[in-house]
Amino acid sequence: MTPVRAAAGAVSRGRAVLQMVGRRLVFAVPVLGLVALAVFLLGAASPFDPIYQYYGVGIFTASDADVARVRDTLNLDAPVLVQFGQWLGGLISGDLGTSRSLRQPVAEVLAERVPWSLLLTATGLALAVVLALILGVLTAWRQGGWLDRAVTASAHALEGLPSFVLALVAIAALALGLGWFPAGGLTDSGADATFGQVVRHLVLPAAVLGVSQAPWLVLHLRASLLTALAEDHVIGARSRGLAEHVVVLRHALPTALLPMVTLLGARLPELVTGAVLVEVVFSWPGIASAVVSAALDVDFPLLAAVTLLTTATVLLGALLADVAVALLDPRVRADG
Amino acid sequence: MSPFTRQSVSIALCALVLLAACSAPSGTSAAPADGLVLADEYEPDSLHPLLGYGVEGASRVFDGLVAHDADRRLQPALATEVPSPSADGRSWTVRLRDGVTFHDGSSFEAADVVATYRALLDPATASTETTTYSMVTGVSELDPRTVRFDLAFPYAAFGHRLTLGVLPSEALVEPGLAEKSSLTTQPIGTGPYRLAEWRKGERMVFEANDSYWGGAPQARRITVVFATDDNTRAQRMTAGEFDGTVLPPGLARTFDGRDGYTVISHRSADYRTIMLPTGNPVTGDPAIRLALNHAANRQGMIDALLRGEGEPAYTPIAPSLSDYADPSAMFAHDPNRAGQILQDAGWVPGPDGVRQRADQRAAFTLMYPASDTVRKDLAQAFASDARAVGIDVRLEGLGWEAIEPRMGADALVLGGGSPFDPDLASYALLHSSFAADGFNNPGSYVNPEVDAPLDTARRSTNPAERAQAYREFQRAYVEQPGMVFLVFLRHTYAIRGSMQEYQSRGYQEIVEPHSHGTGWGPWWNLEDWSVSP
Repeated sequence: MTPVRAAAGAVSRGRAVLQMVGRRLVFAVPVLGLVALAVFLLGAASPFDPIYQYYGVGIFTASDADVARVRDTLNLDAPVLVQFGQWLGGLISGDLGTSRSLRQPVAEVLAERVPWSLLLTATGLALAVVLALILGVLTAWRQGGWLDRAVTASAHALEGLPSFVLALVAIAALALGLGWFPAGGLTDSGADATFGQVVRHLVLPAAVLGVSQAPWLVLHLRASLLTALAEDHVIGARSRGLAEHVVVLRHALPTALLPMVTLLGARLPELVTGAVLVEVVFSWPGIASAVVSAALDVDFPLLAAVTLLTTATVLLGALLADVAVALLDPRVRADG
Repeated sequence: MSPFTRQSVSIALCALVLLAACSAPSGTSAAPADGLVLADEYEPDSLHPLLGYGVEGASRVFDGLVAHDADRRLQPALATEVPSPSADGRSWTVRLRDGVTFHDGSSFEAADVVATYRALLDPATASTETTTYSMVTGVSELDPRTVRFDLAFPYAAFGHRLTLGVLPSEALVEPGLAEKSSLTTQPIGTGPYRLAEWRKGERMVFEANDSYWGGAPQARRITVVFATDDNTRAQRMTAGEFDGTVLPPGLARTFDGRDGYTVISHRSADYRTIMLPTGNPVTGDPAIRLALNHAANRQGMIDALLRGEGEPAYTPIAPSLSDYADPSAMFAHDPNRAGQILQDAGWVPGPDGVRQRADQRAAFTLMYPASDTVRKDLAQAFASDARAVGIDVRLEGLGWEAIEPRMGADALVLGGGSPFDPDLASYALLHSSFAADGFNNPGSYVNPEVDAPLDTARRSTNPAERAQAYREFQRAYVEQPGMVFLVFLRHTYAIRGSMQEYQSRGYQEIVEPHSHGTGWGPWWNLEDWSVSP
């Protein structure tokens, strides 16, 4: 290809990718709207009554008349579409509403808790990717060896293990049994949130999250690397006399990595649900642990905000993965 | 092994070792000598008194007009003396303490008390405590140091209700939902501690208020950590993370005899009862109700299920209310007598051992909140005691939303109680005027012999007359019971230290109300403690 035609091809490719991004962003808006509506409808259909969460133990001494008056003041019995409309109106004017279960403005809840969740999921994801890279490469390289057999077997076993079981086992063995790590919380009780404290307490939850997400990535990378190792360009590189590690890492791995990027994007929802369980077990003060109590308390504003946030994250993650693949692999068409 | 693999493996190993080294525990985190780290099982939803925080007192951040001491007597707090009613009993005038300031520096005056109670009664606030104060018709400021409460009827126990935390009037200027107020997370009170930090889902930190009217507390910092799971809390306590925590009796007993730990057990007026609805043809029958009271093996339940941490209950008045409790108002555990009562009333044993009368089989459903293991255990024990006298009890563990619509037809394991005055718990539980009013008297128990002394005791201001009325109430109730009261629970706590240490610092035992945790417990008067020598 001549340089001019190569450059023109790159420009049109860049434009195609930008168009894909634009299309996706436009498409995201109705998706988010539908998800929010679904949250309200599901909440309204659930058997849980928010008045119990509002009163707490006070419900046992409250008279029927007073409870009815409070229901009226709080507008709990308004039709679900009216409540949805009110929430949407607030959202457009920038007011995310007040969380009933946490008695705080939703914006405050998000600001306080989302950074901790991001820290946990980012560290967990990074760990999962690192584990996948190391183990995936090693097992594909030495296919059939003891490491390969051990890793494949345990990866299949871990795939079926719920992350909270892994978390409880980790706490029992490493925190309480051996005492190497703290059993939960953001910091030691009574200590301030310093860097050292947070890092110490981050190890176990991030490790559990990473290890619970890694099996799919490891097996997938191993499979695609095995396929790549059988391809023509790799055989060609070997026959040119290049060192084995150069062949595997510089010729085979890049091809194998591309599908893994897409897989990462598709596995984001798993990461989010895994984070919910891990946060609850480890008492990590992130947003995911607030989701469970918001659902049980039918706390519409917080529930809708968190669901939207999660949906947006998943959509964005998938988009980034697709963009990365489109930019890295010239064979892929950017029309998704 | 190829060089690359060797390299990567050794890097991984180094990283692991580094990680382990960095996380080597630095020894148990000792709390500062002038502070405490406590672990609680529930995190409060909010710190707003109008939404139920610390309404009975022992809330570190707020003061009420009065407070209770270790002998359950009222002591003045923000009032200068314990208030007493007017001659007709329908108005209470309270003189207020001078020189008190809120945590934000504003001074405490009558306007603050008026604003707090008016906000409580205002429907726009949607307070959860309105029913408890429904007898208040008006609050007015007589002068900057005097307030007057006007009641709809003479109410002798009103003094006990004045433990509600007082808020600054400046924070209550705009009428509006209490849940939207900043006071839910940033409380402003006059109490001995101020809220220094609240990391939701994790912990709360209180710091001493140096300008407290009762003298700056010597325990400078209290950290309350939230750990919902009982087993994890006990394990973290063993690991030395906390100075004290509340635990169920079984787990607390594991600290018995352990070096450096003590178990403290407080009596309470916190009862558990089997509510028997009048509307159900089986549970509404007086013979069945009386027989069940004789069939229930209360001491057996306490010994087996609560590890001895409890007292038998026959009426809602706890033995610790020594002025009012009538020891003769009780039911002997006598299954034979129960059987005889049923036989005499026409409940004869059927072919499967379950009694029946005409076409009605002696069977009913007993509901309990599925998440409460103590209530589940008591329900199971009660069901087996009932089966022994020929009454078939089916158990159902449900959520409160499912329980509420069925309370008029099915039995329920109910809880509640107050150690401060019999009226506070008994009236709404057993008086006919509260029949089927929410969770108050859900079984619609109607007994004029019980209504009369309850009314007399509510309105009379003569202590001897009230005591007599409550004894009459207990005797009348025992003759025609509407529920099967089982136990008064004891609340158990594990502490790091010895009893002598705690007592030398100022610990006093109390009888606890229904709400508990580390707000009450051994640390209810932490502001009066002296630092360990």
